[in-house]
Amino acid sequence: MEESVLSAGDTAWILTSAALVLLMLPGLALFYGGMTRAKAVLNMMMMVMGVVFLVGVQWILYGYSLTFGTGNALIGNLSEYIGLEGLMTDDPAATYPAMAFVAFQAMFAVITVALIAGAVADRTKFGAWMVFAGIWATLVYFPVAHWVWASGGWIFEGLGPMNGTAAIDFAGGTAVHINAGAAGLALAFVLGKRLGWPKTPMKPHNLTLVMIGAGLLWFGWFGFNAGSALAANNTSAVVFLNTFAATCAAALGWLLVEKIRDGHATSLGAASGIVAGLVAITPACSSVSPIGALILGAIAGVLCALAVGLKYRFGFDDSLDVVGVHLVGGLVGTLLIGILATEAAPAGVNGLFYGGGLTQFWSQLIAAVAVMVYSFVLAFIIGKIIDLTMGMRISEDDEIAGVDLTTHAEGAYELADSGSGGKFAGVGQAALKKEEVTV
Amino acid sequence: MKLVTAVIKPFKLDDVKTGLETFGIHGLTVSEASGYGRQRGHTEVYRGAEYTVDLVPKVRIEVVVEDDDADSVVDVIVKSAQTGRIGDGKVWMSPVESIVRVRTGERGPDAL
Repeated sequence: MEESVLSAGDTAWILTSAALVLLMLPGLALFYGGMTRAKAVLNMMMMVMGVVFLVGVQWILYGYSLTFGTGNALIGNLSEYIGLEGLMTDDPAATYPAMAFVAFQAMFAVITVALIAGAVADRTKFGAWMVFAGIWATLVYFPVAHWVWASGGWIFEGLGPMNGTAAIDFAGGTAVHINAGAAGLALAFVLGKRLGWPKTPMKPHNLTLVMIGAGLLWFGWFGFNAGSALAANNTSAVVFLNTFAATCAAALGWLLVEKIRDGHATSLGAASGIVAGLVAITPACSSVSPIGALILGAIAGVLCALAVGLKYRFGFDDSLDVVGVHLVGGLVGTLLIGILATEAAPAGVNGLFYGGGLTQFWSQLIAAVAVMVYSFVLAFIIGKIIDLTMGMRISEDDEIAGVDLTTHAEGAYELADSGSGGKFAGVGQAALKKEEVTV
Repeated sequence: MKLVTAVIKPFKLDDVKTGLETFGIHGLTVSEASGYGRQRGHTEVYRGAEYTVDLVPKVRIEVVVEDDDADSVVDVIVKSAQTGRIGDGKVWMSPVESIVRVRTGERGPDAL
């Protein structure tokens, strides 16, 4: 029998990282949920977690195969690993089991789709959202992840206009954040503004939840980035530190903008700066130095803090700033690789400032624009079709009463001892008689 | 009998309670309220979006007293709730036709 080269350290780190990334989903649910109004927090959490369940199943059935199966430059192979066929066998030539990689990448698929939910808070039909999530994952995430990370993918190989210089996207600046951000923008257009936006104040209802969520995201993101090394080695350690560095700098940058522009450094700004920094360093964490990470993070914090105001100028209700944070942050990180990358970092590429010229920058730009345009167009078309057939938006009355109550028949908070003055009505009654909810 | 209603700054509740106890009032109802008078509200900022919040949190105190005590009770509340700054609130009184103690069924001043 052949001697196995399996590394226990690598395997343990990949599996641990997968669990860390999964923790980002309840983290995201809290981060987003705290920012919604009190009557829509459960729906936001359900949109995030619902995606985990659905895309998780899709990933196992055909998503992994479509993403990482042997295909062409644009798409993997639908049948090769269908149902994860053949991936349970121990391969003595692999440093980690195939299933560890499948599990790790599953978490990336679910979180990318879940990120979009922030753009459509308070007003989306849950069923329509789930249908959108399933179709978008199939037509957009799986192919784009193939472009960026699968051997043979055109961005991974630097094909076509890249002239052989592959774009660097270590952990998902294009495939995850630009992808989700562009889809969020498209859906915000499809759905339209929330009733009363932007005249009616729609303040975050619980900033402590937002802060807990940001903390969980930051914690889990170490798995997201450092786990993407797919090894417990020098690369994962450098990536880990860069992830920390950029995040600190970005939070400071965001707070500085707030202090100068608004007169106050806010806790929401701190939480947002954390996420902006994490987004921006995601593609770049293997290709910049710690100082480069600080610069990149600071730029991302400042630009994202300015970008969240754009929706008021252009009049689209990207409710929780998926565009301002994920699209802009993803673009900043992806493009700055072309400027700040240094050969001394694990990726071993020089950007403009390190004498590498603009070759890398052009590849980064092409990858970023390609993913952005593809995701936006497809999300818009998918959203429009769902809207025209099953309807994407809840009724005006339901939106006023609150999507938690009208869609899920629950309320997040019951603070009064007297409850709502109701009585037990039996089991199975709610479905028989759908009561009118009045405000 | 009179119903004395006061809308005051929340942090003055303890002073008012102590003042009324000292005067001999042994029961009152307190509820959280919000509103504005000349004080108006304040501004909050979320991701750069500024919201003007008109309603300021207040505490509403309600106490039913005998006619003879009413003016003194108003004085006690005004004295103990006063900071001299804008937003101190209002106190007013209104006539009460009848009152019943639920436990015993007593009516009128006996129920106070």
